[in-house]
Amino acid sequence: MRVGLFVTCFNDTLFPASARAVVRVLERLGHDVVFPVTQTCCGQMHFNTGYQRECVPLVRKFVDDFAGIDHVVSPSASCVAMVREFHPRVAEIARDAGLARAVADTSPRVREFTEFLVDVLGVTDVGAAFPHRVTYHPTCHGLRTLGLADRPTRLLRAVRGLRLVDLPEAEQCCGFGGTFALKNADTSVAMGADKSRHVRETGAEVLAAVDNSCLMHVGGLLSRQRSGVRVMHVAEILASGEGP
Amino acid sequence: MSGVWMGMPAFPEAAREALADGQLRANLRTATGTIRAKRAAVVGERADWERLRLAGRAIKDRALRDLDTYLVRLEERVTEAGGVVHWARDAAEANRVVIELVRAAGSDEVVKVKSMATQEIELNEALADAGITAHETDLAELIVQLGQDRPSHILVPAIHRNRSQIRDLFRRAMPGAPADLTDDPVALAAAAREHLRRKFLSAKVAVSGANFAVAETGSLVVVESEGNGRMCLTLPEVLISVVGIEKVVPTWADLEVMLQLLPRSSTGERMNPYTSTWRGVTPGDGPREFHLVLLDNGRTAALADDIGRDALRCIRCSACLNVCPVYERTGGHAYGSVYPGPIGAILTPQLRGVDADPVSASLPYASTLCGACYEVCPVLIDIPKALTHLRGQVVDAHRGKPSAERLGMGLAAWVFARAGRFAAAQRLAALGGRVLARKGRIGRLPGPLAGWSDARDAPVPAEETFREWWLKNRGESR
Ligand code: SF4
Repeated sequence: MRVGLFVTCFNDTLFPASARAVVRVLERLGHDVVFPVTQTCCGQMHFNTGYQRECVPLVRKFVDDFAGIDHVVSPSASCVAMVREFHPRVAEIARDAGLARAVADTSPRVREFTEFLVDVLGVTDVGAAFPHRVTYHPTCHGLRTLGLADRPTRLLRAVRGLRLVDLPEAEQCCGFGGTFALKNADTSVAMGADKSRHVRETGAEVLAAVDNSCLMHVGGLLSRQRSGVRVMHVAEILASGEGP
Repeated sequence: MSGVWMGMPAFPEAAREALADGQLRANLRTATGTIRAKRAAVVGERADWERLRLAGRAIKDRALRDLDTYLVRLEERVTEAGGVVHWARDAAEANRVVIELVRAAGSDEVVKVKSMATQEIELNEALADAGITAHETDLAELIVQLGQDRPSHILVPAIHRNRSQIRDLFRRAMPGAPADLTDDPVALAAAAREHLRRKFLSAKVAVSGANFAVAETGSLVVVESEGNGRMCLTLPEVLISVVGIEKVVPTWADLEVMLQLLPRSSTGERMNPYTSTWRGVTPGDGPREFHLVLLDNGRTAALADDIGRDALRCIRCSACLNVCPVYERTGGHAYGSVYPGPIGAILTPQLRGVDADPVSASLPYASTLCGACYEVCPVLIDIPKALTHLRGQVVDAHRGKPSAERLGMGLAAWVFARAGRFAAAQRLAALGGRVLARKGRIGRLPGPLAGWSDARDAPVPAEETFREWWLKNRGESR
């Protein structure tokens, strides 16, 4: 199958290893990954911060960049949520019926990586091996907006050697929230402090999630605390080992 | 602290103060945790909960769509039943009406049923200025009033206090409180009861709000847990109810749905202990005079907004507060308004105007958009959607005024417009990262990003971006 990769501007710049992991897993499963090199950003930061007019050209660009690709996959639940839930709203704000039609065509074809593996490819065992104690934080956009439910953990449970331990109060937000992390830094850190405390309570070596933005926040705290806990995108865990 | 909200600092500063209060955070954590669990249990036992929510939303939407019709019908029915209806455009008008009515009754004190609308218009303060004393009779409101404090939760206004703090307050500020009062909840309630009984029996005028106003029948409905509200609604000679215009529901049958949604969502009970409902006046039974003050105070402006209007469906259950991770950390005072938490973050800026004051402009940003509120709201208000919508209004209201954020966002939009520009920006970021990095992490960021690195390390931008890797290893093919 030909699969388009929407890397997201954030992962492209800060966490390229997660995107390479997506390529590795998909290619190992025998699929053909394409990367439209003109892509940049879905507009999530602008939209969520209130710069919705500035977001309109980014949405136009997104639908152009991914036109004609049947399946688009991305290692970011929050960017996928932006595309699926809010690109239609941006088209509405722009009062552009043509854009609305283009969005209605593109948006449903964009899926979060674990969602794509389980729902479209029908795999839960990607042949990975990762002999470590791992805990999983369901990020809010993945959990509530996309409804990923147990897809990421089903994939993790199938990884050889991986021991998945429950995170207390897992479903509570980590406090990242995009520009919230800067605008309301104190509250953001207070929330993240509780999340990182719960992570440490599990005794896990690795905290995994499907959003590097949230991991950057909790990971930043864990690193400052010299906790020794690593944060990793689920895709990187699924790419470890020899494969099927 | 006084009962007045104006002049509060914007959310981030107010939150910082609250976060420093360890006792407050402990009180909030315990209280919200308990009520969250209770709600989840009683909601979980209803297989038709999602259908009830849909029905609740439909009822409120129907009422709001034809609000003009239903309000006039309500006025007709209330008048037929012997009540008098007053229309108040804003807080000042509503307060003036109430003051005149109290004076006409020849009284200088009122007993009050817990009510959000009267707090919104700061009625107690207006009454005090007119020489009229208001006695709050809801236990938690009494605690707030005695402490000259502000409410911090819709349903449990004194949620920020624990029982030993309440005992100390009663001893200090409640006339007639026993000197040996303990912090046993039963003893505290008994002391408050002694104090309140005297007021119920002496007051000639009562002021209430209402949870629902039924257009079809002209009935008002108050739900409560203590029975003190019912005392106020039945004992005094004159009853004045101040009710927001969005409280109207079309028919009596609609209450079947609303009275299931409300207690389960708010107190985590299958049914609330006291549901009082009345129509006009009944000779020889209850108040001799009934006045209904219908309050707009910004509601018609909210109604005109296609997304913002959803906030008018709110039935003030406070479920969204109890699940909100921001509220749990900061408490209610940080929201600078009588409506705290997620609902406050979307309602206050609409009632006051997004640009009215620094608090209102900061509230739509007082959320991570995690969506926990939307998940529990009994009338399905998509609070995250309303928050981003209002953020757009805040930004648009400030267009033309330069700011670092606006500059940054404009620049980012320009960069993202072309992949080439973006790649160049990535190279710059990598360069900056190399300068700042120590042992694979960045401990201090410059300028506006410093707020990040006060408590959090930052990642170092990769040596090789993904697109560089792709071009090198997979070539230019799409
Ligand atoms: S917004 Fe919804 S959950 Fe929050 S108080 Fe109102 S009705 Fe309850």
